[in-house]
Amino acid sequence: MAHTAVHQASRGQTAAHAHAAEHHDQEGLKILGFWIFLVTDCLLFGTLFAAYVVLRTHTDGGPNGKELFEVPGFVAETFILLTSSFTSGLAALAMNQGKRNQLLGWLAVTALLGACFVGFEVSEFAKMAGEGATISRSAFLSAFFTLVGTHGLHVSLGLVWMTAIMLQLRRRGITAVTRRKVFVISLYWHFLDAVWIFLFTVVYLMGVM
Amino acid sequence: MLTKLKDFASTFFVTGDPLIYGADVAIVLTTIAIVFVLTYFKKWTWLWKEWLTSVDHKKIGIMYLIASLLMLFRGGVDALLMRTQLALPNIQFLQADHYNEIFTTHGTIMILFMAMPMMFALFNIVVPLQLGARDVAYPFLNALSFWLFFFGAMLFNLSFVIGGSPDAGWLSYPPLSEMSHSPGVGENFYIWGIQISGIGSLATGINFLVTILKMRAPGMKLMNMPLFSWSVLSTSVMIIFAFPILTITLALLFVDRFLGAHFFTMTAGGNPMMYVNLIWMWGHPEVYIVVIPAFGIYSEIVSTFSKKKIFGYKSMVFSMMIISVLSFFTWVHHFFTMGAGADVNTFFAISTMAIGIPTGVKIFNWLFTMFRGRIQLKQPMLWTLAFIPCFVVGGATGVMLAVAPADYQYHNSYFLIAHFHQVLIGGVVFGYLAGIYYWWPKMFGFKLDEKLGKWAFWTWNIGFYVCFMPQYALGFMGMTRRVYTYGWDMGWAPLNLVSSIGAFLMGIGFIFQVWQISYSIKYGERDTTGDPWNARTLEWSIPSPAPMYNFATVPHVSEQDAWWAEKQAREAGKRAAAAPALEPIHMPKNSGIPIIMAAFWFVAGFGFVFSWIWMAVAGLLGVAACLLARSFQYDTDYYIPVDEIKRTEASFGRGI
Amino acid sequence: MEHETTQTHAHGSVKSYVTGFALSIVLTIIPIVLVLSHALAGKPLIVTIVLLAVLQFLIQLFFFMHVREGEQPRYNVMALILGCVIVFTIVAGSMWIMSFNAAVQ
Ligand code: HEM
Ligand SMILES: [Cu+2]
Repeated sequence: MAHTAVHQASRGQTAAHAHAAEHHDQEGLKILGFWIFLVTDCLLFGTLFAAYVVLRTHTDGGPNGKELFEVPGFVAETFILLTSSFTSGLAALAMNQGKRNQLLGWLAVTALLGACFVGFEVSEFAKMAGEGATISRSAFLSAFFTLVGTHGLHVSLGLVWMTAIMLQLRRRGITAVTRRKVFVISLYWHFLDAVWIFLFTVVYLMGVM
Repeated sequence: MLTKLKDFASTFFVTGDPLIYGADVAIVLTTIAIVFVLTYFKKWTWLWKEWLTSVDHKKIGIMYLIASLLMLFRGGVDALLMRTQLALPNIQFLQADHYNEIFTTHGTIMILFMAMPMMFALFNIVVPLQLGARDVAYPFLNALSFWLFFFGAMLFNLSFVIGGSPDAGWLSYPPLSEMSHSPGVGENFYIWGIQISGIGSLATGINFLVTILKMRAPGMKLMNMPLFSWSVLSTSVMIIFAFPILTITLALLFVDRFLGAHFFTMTAGGNPMMYVNLIWMWGHPEVYIVVIPAFGIYSEIVSTFSKKKIFGYKSMVFSMMIISVLSFFTWVHHFFTMGAGADVNTFFAISTMAIGIPTGVKIFNWLFTMFRGRIQLKQPMLWTLAFIPCFVVGGATGVMLAVAPADYQYHNSYFLIAHFHQVLIGGVVFGYLAGIYYWWPKMFGFKLDEKLGKWAFWTWNIGFYVCFMPQYALGFMGMTRRVYTYGWDMGWAPLNLVSSIGAFLMGIGFIFQVWQISYSIKYGERDTTGDPWNARTLEWSIPSPAPMYNFATVPHVSEQDAWWAEKQAREAGKRAAAAPALEPIHMPKNSGIPIIMAAFWFVAGFGFVFSWIWMAVAGLLGVAACLLARSFQYDTDYYIPVDEIKRTEASFGRGI
Repeated sequence: MEHETTQTHAHGSVKSYVTGFALSIVLTIIPIVLVLSHALAGKPLIVTIVLLAVLQFLIQLFFFMHVREGEQPRYNVMALILGCVIVFTIVAGSMWIMSFNAAVQ
């Protein structure tokens, strides 16, 4: 055979350089993995949407979306989350410019908006439950609470995670590792906003139509 | 107080059945024995440092393998219990509800806790070595996946002695699995056992997808990659898209049971059919998830033992990737009889038959590879040869089932049972066994004994046909699945007796294998070359068992069957085995977090099973604490210095 | 190893985030107005607002999540596209398959 197949890697780089490159690659690897995780999360929400669209008319004589959803409430939630997605982008931008304090500031704003969003949602749920529209009232309400609640849970977990990253940033500054972490949480945050667009459209807007 | 305790214990523990008391005793004795041996030989630290906290893919693979063989044993015992009960009419060995529990745990264990981990065992042991990589993309996550699987499986198996087993079938269809019909905790065990291990499976899918896409040795193009790695890529894609569907479907069922929701109930607008629809969106890809890696294994083995390059490499790759996408478009064939309408059934009948085409392509490629090859009938090859006719018949009966109108006759009969066991045993189990025989020397440094292996092979195979061929006929004679007994007047007795005899033959085959392993540990032929089969891919270029860093220097690849090409080149005197320059190797540190986090999941799961909120919350808090602890950990890897690599290589007789 | 640029490196500018934000706001307001003003109804309305949602989703992907940047080949985008196809299959397939049930009920 003319072609040689396995020949040992030549010593191209100095060891130190190789180490730096390895680290660099690892962070990139984690970002790819996170993207794929987000795709699995898409599937997760996709399945919940499937359950919702099939069951949304199954109100069993109970209240439907039109009676339950309040336009100002969900419109406010939408704009809050949208804005927080924007501010998390600004955080990533500040990071790329190496401005740690600005980065921390924007992350704090994002988290605050996220907390507001969760607060709105909790009070919406509480109000509905107070009116007797609980998860066990009908198949429609089961699907509604589970779908919207799963999104809310994602946002809440994101808040804890974001706080943890802010602490690490304060302690370690902007390094290859913290940089990747900020990048990943901002991807996550944009993703949650993207999912909300569909919740807003399919659940709320179509609900009040 | 005492009576209270007694009351609690009598509902908490499963009582009243001699089989279960036997199991209780066995569990206690085994636990004591293990604890005693570990303490006596002072092996606790060794166990913790070398295995429980390991992030080494090879060790994780071996742990998966051990666990899956144990599960094969339990699933097999379940099968034999059922076959004993059905051997003759009106047998009083198992009662109806006990039979229900046994087919449920048998099916669930075989697919989720036997086939899946055995598959992950082979992923872990082989893929990084085949790619010329030092580990998977995320070693820590890999360990976590294993421990999630392990604790999930433990939780599921616990239901046998605590609380009571699930009994609504391996897919837990509602309304049977709803509170209204199954108020006990069995279904909760089912849900949480699968959920916890399912998270692990999903993570493994992501891990291996990224490993294959990103960690291949320099120069190894995707289209030069060994076919087993391709099969893992195809399977990982399916896992990534299918497992979230399972997670949500089971979560919805749990919300129904736990919070009184109405997704799948018979009341308040719930719709049980929606569950069937959702679960099969995972379920159908799942059967391809377990069989595609077997296809990859057969490809490696056929090529190695025919001493030929695989025939039609590209068509093999394309057919696997097409299957992985098409498998998401056939799910309705599991419930044609639901009556969703002629248009729905027609679409899914056709899509099901379409998936037969790429499968057929693969069969022909294997045959053409063997054609005019110098075939060596070693154990892995034997199982491969047995697979081909078995799978062809299983595939043909599958196409019969795919004819929607005809399925109204076959559905839920023993014809179906025979069909899916034929593809699951003949395709999946034979494939994984072939893979285990093939890669065993790479894992442990010795071969498994040929003679005992042949006994195992023939008893398994003869047993298989004796057991399942009669069941096709029984299906036509009207015997439905999941019946626990039948009368003499049905005329099913002779064939059932034959079938049960076959089942026990397979059981004997398994015993031969246990014997074979124990015998070979001592007397098996040692592999000093690292390449006992004169094989073709990179895992055979390193010593057996592989050193912890796999490759002392990262190989460079420029074509398919890289190791074969290298051997050819060396033989032709083109190149001597190179004396490469060594560099310190970057390795991940071991970590105790995966096992601890998975244990907390177990606690949380157990709490949810019994609706003990305090316990569930405590478990979840533990999980969160582990996640945060990991997030704040920055010192996660280290370097192996050059002289240590030199010493290790020298100990394998490879001077560098 | 072939040299790979990681995605953490510079992408996005204030401009791209501001445009994305502005477009998203517009694409949120339009469907609200359409629904509340009853300018459209029934199927056409549903189709329109779903399309607007998809458009906004794409805008987030391009302006916020920067799918166009990053390393080649873009496995993340491939995974995302296949994921969307399967999500579509799950949702549309369920609606189709379960529609028989509407007739039953
Ligand atoms: C060792 C040989 C095996 C024997 C003798 C055997 C026997 C049986 C029997 C008697 C049943 C119950 C039929 C009924 O009452 O409806 C059954 C069901 C089943 N088996 Fe096996 N089996 C074997 C291996 C396997 C393997 C290897 C797998 C999967 C990888 C598997 C998967 C299943 C499943 C999914 C069910 C359906 C359970 C249910 O109805 O919910 N079996 N098997
Ligand atoms: Cu199927």
